Amino acid sequence: MSWSIDHLPAVLSLIGRHVYLAGLPLLLGLLIAVPLGWLARRYRVLYPLLIAGTGLLYTIPSLALFILMPIFIGTRILDPVNVVVAMTIYTVALLVRTVADGLGAVPDSVNQAATAMGFGRVRRLFMVELPLAVPVISAGLRVAAVSNVSIVSVAAIIGVPQLGSLFTDGFRRNFMEPILVGVIACVLLALVFDLAIIAGTRLITPWQRTRRAA
Amino acid sequence: MIRFDSVSKEYPDGTVAVGGLEMTAPTGKITVLVGPSGCGKTTSLRMINRMIEPTSGRIWIDDRDTTTMDAAELRRGIGYVIQQAGLFPHRTVAANIATVPMLLGWDRKKARARALELLERVGLPTSFADRYPSQLSGGQQQRVGVARALAADPPVMLMDEPFSAVDPVVRDQLQDEFLRLQGDLGKTIVFVTHDIDEAIKLGDQVAVLRVGGKLAQIAEPARLLGHPVDDFVADFVGRDRGYRGLGFQRAPKLPLAAETTARLGDSAEQVRAAAGTEPWTLVVDEGRRPLGWVNTEQVAGTVSSEVLHRGGTVASTNGTLRNLLDAALSSPARRGVVVDEDGTFAGTVLAHQVLDAIESERAAAAAAQPAGSAAR
Amino acid sequence: MNLVLTWLTDPAHWAGEDGVPHRILEHLTYSAVALVIAAIIAIPLGLYVGHTGRGKFLVVNVAGAARAIPSLGLLFIMVLLLGPRLSGDAAFVVPCLVVLAVLAVPPILAGAYAGVEEVDASARDAAKGMGMRGLQVLLEVELPCALPLIFSGLRSATLQVVATATIAATVGLGGLGRLLIDGLAVRDFGQMAAGAVLVAALALAVDLIFALVQRYAVSAGLTGRRTASRRSRPKASADSTLITIS
Repeated sequence: MSWSIDHLPAVLSLIGRHVYLAGLPLLLGLLIAVPLGWLARRYRVLYPLLIAGTGLLYTIPSLALFILMPIFIGTRILDPVNVVVAMTIYTVALLVRTVADGLGAVPDSVNQAATAMGFGRVRRLFMVELPLAVPVISAGLRVAAVSNVSIVSVAAIIGVPQLGSLFTDGFRRNFMEPILVGVIACVLLALVFDLAIIAGTRLITPWQRTRRAA
Repeated sequence: MIRFDSVSKEYPDGTVAVGGLEMTAPTGKITVLVGPSGCGKTTSLRMINRMIEPTSGRIWIDDRDTTTMDAAELRRGIGYVIQQAGLFPHRTVAANIATVPMLLGWDRKKARARALELLERVGLPTSFADRYPSQLSGGQQQRVGVARALAADPPVMLMDEPFSAVDPVVRDQLQDEFLRLQGDLGKTIVFVTHDIDEAIKLGDQVAVLRVGGKLAQIAEPARLLGHPVDDFVADFVGRDRGYRGLGFQRAPKLPLAAETTARLGDSAEQVRAAAGTEPWTLVVDEGRRPLGWVNTEQVAGTVSSEVLHRGGTVASTNGTLRNLLDAALSSPARRGVVVDEDGTFAGTVLAHQVLDAIESERAAAAAAQPAGSAAR
Repeated sequence: MNLVLTWLTDPAHWAGEDGVPHRILEHLTYSAVALVIAAIIAIPLGLYVGHTGRGKFLVVNVAGAARAIPSLGLLFIMVLLLGPRLSGDAAFVVPCLVVLAVLAVPPILAGAYAGVEEVDASARDAAKGMGMRGLQVLLEVELPCALPLIFSGLRSATLQVVATATIAATVGLGGLGRLLIDGLAVRDFGQMAAGAVLVAALALAVDLIFALVQRYAVSAGLTGRRTASRRSRPKASADSTLITIS
């Protein structure tokens, strides 16, 4: 316990880095996945292509993606941008399918009613389809959030500081406490992300609350 | 025979689904349980094969107390048909039908032969045997559901709204075929529906339940229509009770009037000459089966299929009073068309003749019964 | 891309203990053993929870928490904990298998559980109503109907395990992770890129095998051309299911 108390400021700063490295890609990934998911739904030929393509990205080991990122985007090896871009890629890989399925789960009757009332394609997407797809997209976002928090820690191997640094540091010194602190902090962080997404979803889908309460 | 002996079902939260039900479903007959949602009709049905265990009371099948039997064994001896058919999506139609025979340890060949036989019985081609349920329409799935319930030839069948998920036309068809099938098989059937018309059509006796699982009335359909015991039953049975009740009374032999008839292809002049001043003439085919009426004054050229008035219904000499009255009421000529059993034209009747017959029957029935009993 | 090709086409990289075939074999062994262990735990548990509805809350949350555990941290903890109690390679292999199995359990569990839970209620009702006993309902109706989602969970777990098995190299074990770790040490980008490509290719190859097995194992009645349901169900992926219900 003494180590933790002594190093509390350092741990807090690592948590901050971790939130940034895992959180920013979630937002970026969502922004990219929504149009891609919509495309996959709109043009049916694209669906298998986009789903398989993004699924393929997920099979690349995170360590490899972190290391190779500079080759593709011309950054320095220790640049945190590498991690942000790599994590964004993973987030997109998980979310495209979810967005496509979420949009697909909007009842045809609702879409047809919206069209019949004179909604254009874009307006319909933003005012009808996306709001109704929120619960499904949110479920996917929760998976991505938990997975991101865990994967980011691997970046410690290439020396980008965040909670994973506690793992490599502790292991190098054969010292359990920092590793445990890192794991627990990661799990708690994942929980906080998860709860934040749940809360956000509830806030923007009041109709779901009333239905559940009824 | 299935006997409910003060059967109750109460849930832990205090809801009473069924309250002290006393009822008998006679052997070889269809007993329909009908009532509004929440009246415990499905719960009552599911207590027979112990899909739901009663809180108190006993259910007897013949002289066996179902609560003393092994639940799975009990169920293998009872056919069970449910609303969504509940076919196994991963098994072929034949394998679905053979479920209970296989559970009972029949050999594969015998079970398959039985499945094919039953497919034909329920009016499906045997080529369906190796299809999967997802390749069938809702009505076809429901037929397979019935075949599956019949597979091990159980003496008792439980049917929980089996026809309510299909469209009205298919439902009507399924009901007719179900009655034909029951005519051959004579099973002891308990049938649940929320549709009073279906209950009246299918039931040998109909049990009307009220919310809370209380039996309001159990009677033959005609009696239910003619003598509902209280406002609830009267309300539930619905409008037009008097008229619908005629559907359970055989048409009496009435004097039938002859008609001048015409054929397709006759010229307008021929028809007018034969009809005289009568504005409508009946058109029949070569077998003297009625096709429709033609307006004698308006017909031009020759009588063709297009000019026929087809609005009139046709009653059969062995049909019901309801058919007969309807034939008269729906005919443009005011004369109701009556055919013999083989479908050939027998003659026509007028509505007042049918009403007179109904009047005299009612008078005779009232005279035969002591005053006051009709109210019960 | 050229770097990768140059590295991969060098015959020296394909021979001996450090050769690609041997690394692939090691990688596959770790992955397969971990997946089998995870499946032995997760499938029966998922079937049980789906069938009885008991312990749903517990299983969903434990599985959710397991997902949040960072594999690298868990690996180091396991090595420090178990290492001193085991001898030779086992001191590192066992911790590695534990970590990969922990990674694989949640998706498999979610698939098995959701697969059984999503079986058409009327089919289950009919099965009981015709006199099937509990185990018969499970084995003859629920399990076959749950297979598509069980496979979906297995395949999702496999992709994750094959990609993550690279971390074995961080504690000195073999597998394709060696190409990444050793390449990193000497800044050999060609080797690292080749390693990444090989891992991805291996994951896809294994997934393809699963797809073939799935096609053979799952009844055509469940997969058959269901042109009527053009709208794919949002729950179809086991991954999102666990979270949706938690």
